[in-house]
Amino acid sequence: MPKLELKSTSNSAPRTIRSARHAIVNGETSAVALADSYYATIATEDPNIHAWLALSRERATAQAHRIDELAKAGDLANAEALPLAGVPIGIKDVLMMQGAPATAGSKILENYRPPYDATTVAKLAAAGAVLLGKLNCDEFAMGSSNENSAYGPVHNPRSLDHVPGGSSGGSAAAVAANMAVATLGTDTGGSIRQPASFCGVVGLLPTYGRVSRYGLIAFASSLDRVGPFTHTVEDAAILLGVLAGPDPMDATSAHQPVPNYAAALDAPVKGLRIGIPDEYFGEGLDPEVRAAVEKMADALRAAGCTLHKVSLPHTRYAVATYYVLATAEASSNLARFDGVRYGLRAEDSSTLSTMYRRTRDHGFGKEVKRRILLGTYVLSAGYYDAYYRKAQQVRTLLTRDFLEAYTQVDAILTPTAPTPAFRLGEKTDDPLAMYLADIYTVTANLAGICGISVPCGNSKDGLPIGAQILGKHFDEATVLRVANAVEQAHCGGQAQR
Amino acid sequence: MRSTSQTPEQIEKVAKPEPVPLEQVLRVAELAQLELREDEQQEMLCDLNAILGHVAQMNELDTRDVPPMTQVNAAMHAAAGDRAAVDAGNVLRDDTQRPSLDRAKAMAAAPETDGTYFKVPKVIER
Repeated sequence: MPKLELKSTSNSAPRTIRSARHAIVNGETSAVALADSYYATIATEDPNIHAWLALSRERATAQAHRIDELAKAGDLANAEALPLAGVPIGIKDVLMMQGAPATAGSKILENYRPPYDATTVAKLAAAGAVLLGKLNCDEFAMGSSNENSAYGPVHNPRSLDHVPGGSSGGSAAAVAANMAVATLGTDTGGSIRQPASFCGVVGLLPTYGRVSRYGLIAFASSLDRVGPFTHTVEDAAILLGVLAGPDPMDATSAHQPVPNYAAALDAPVKGLRIGIPDEYFGEGLDPEVRAAVEKMADALRAAGCTLHKVSLPHTRYAVATYYVLATAEASSNLARFDGVRYGLRAEDSSTLSTMYRRTRDHGFGKEVKRRILLGTYVLSAGYYDAYYRKAQQVRTLLTRDFLEAYTQVDAILTPTAPTPAFRLGEKTDDPLAMYLADIYTVTANLAGICGISVPCGNSKDGLPIGAQILGKHFDEATVLRVANAVEQAHCGGQAQR
Repeated sequence: MRSTSQTPEQIEKVAKPEPVPLEQVLRVAELAQLELREDEQQEMLCDLNAILGHVAQMNELDTRDVPPMTQVNAAMHAAAGDRAAVDAGNVLRDDTQRPSLDRAKAMAAAPETDGTYFKVPKVIER
């Protein structure tokens, strides 16, 4: 049975939420010592990986001291109290976190320090997490390889000449290299699930509205989500429980009740109906990825699930639809970066309009400009109906595909990405080829549904392969249950504890 | 910027898109307040045309009777059969005062400010 083969590191500290919290509560370690050991791993590992853009040691140490006092006083004995007490967590640099910069991987925000915490960051801190710092990502979360960061690419900890995936490449790599117990990422078209797949960790995409986006630097507001990276499915469930719920500061956040996701893992998967869509197993799928995912389908059947062929016939239009809608929304959202209220201002401008243009020219990288141009074009006079409105209509068809499938099945199993991680520089000259690699992930963002990527195998070159499980709106519990069964089948219960 | 309707010629144009000419890329760049350097112009032109060529495959689909998905939450509530949530439409809060970010904190990240207003270079050129 294949085992997760994490690179050996100097960090022998607890790697999961449960084990870290347990060690602190029982006095086997302290939150301060745990944070120190994670910072020590960052110091030795990150020069090769470049996952971190900034460390927030002052804030982390203050929180760790607070947790240690609570532990000493016995205030953490109740398992419900501070579920993340002392757990070292990293934050993608598109989320606001006081005490650290928020660059979004862009030069235009190089010196920006946010005056407030994102709701997700505040919730982690309130649950006792020790926030280590900010994580590298593609500029404004636009990319599939982390090569679009203005601060240099992240290297895949499993193979340093390969990309970690994107846009949350730093978030995935930090967990994979044991530089954090868990991290937050964001996913607009696959930016949590694809890097999770490339780095061999778990990455969860919550349903649209399940987790607040207040304090997230917006890319495409009808698609953006915030979600966790973890070593285990159980940790993803624990974190979702902390992050989920309505937020008065985000009008798109949903009021649906938040179930106990971690407890839901105890229910057996026997009897669940799993859909296998032909459209995700066709041309362009790497044979090793196919074999690994099919093996998981067999394992789910062995665990008592029933497998069903389902059809998602509009899948082939998803990338086209996505790149019209995402760029249109980005062109609008990124209009705010104009050198007036925050961030970079080009010094050499005598008028307002030259100041705008030079600021944006100096501040934005090539991919961001490319997407702003495309988005402005599809919204411009004479093309709005043909591109933007048309894409919104195809989005309806793509969503209907899933709703129809979910009348027959409880969850859907697919590969997360068509291939394992590719090499740095391999696709940078061909943006369309890079976009097409998002084929299996953009659909969930368009339909608003939830999903997860969970490790399910390794290529013969030792690169991780991820299986994607997609679920109904607000049915993360089922997605997590199925992912848990996949994890059991892949690691035989030996997932990093 | 949106047009209210689309002529058959425009639909046809998108079904088999004519390559976008350079002057149009430059016009769009101007609308987006982007200054493209010479070396960037040709590259953006090529990329834009390649991506639009792929995007055109949406036109294989007849969407005449398909409503546009303009609001994700509403589409999900409709899917869940939650008519009340769909009809509720906008999410509103009571119009009451609540604490907001301190002015000094909010202005702290501005490139140029007098403490009350953001300052910018002159707006009208003579």
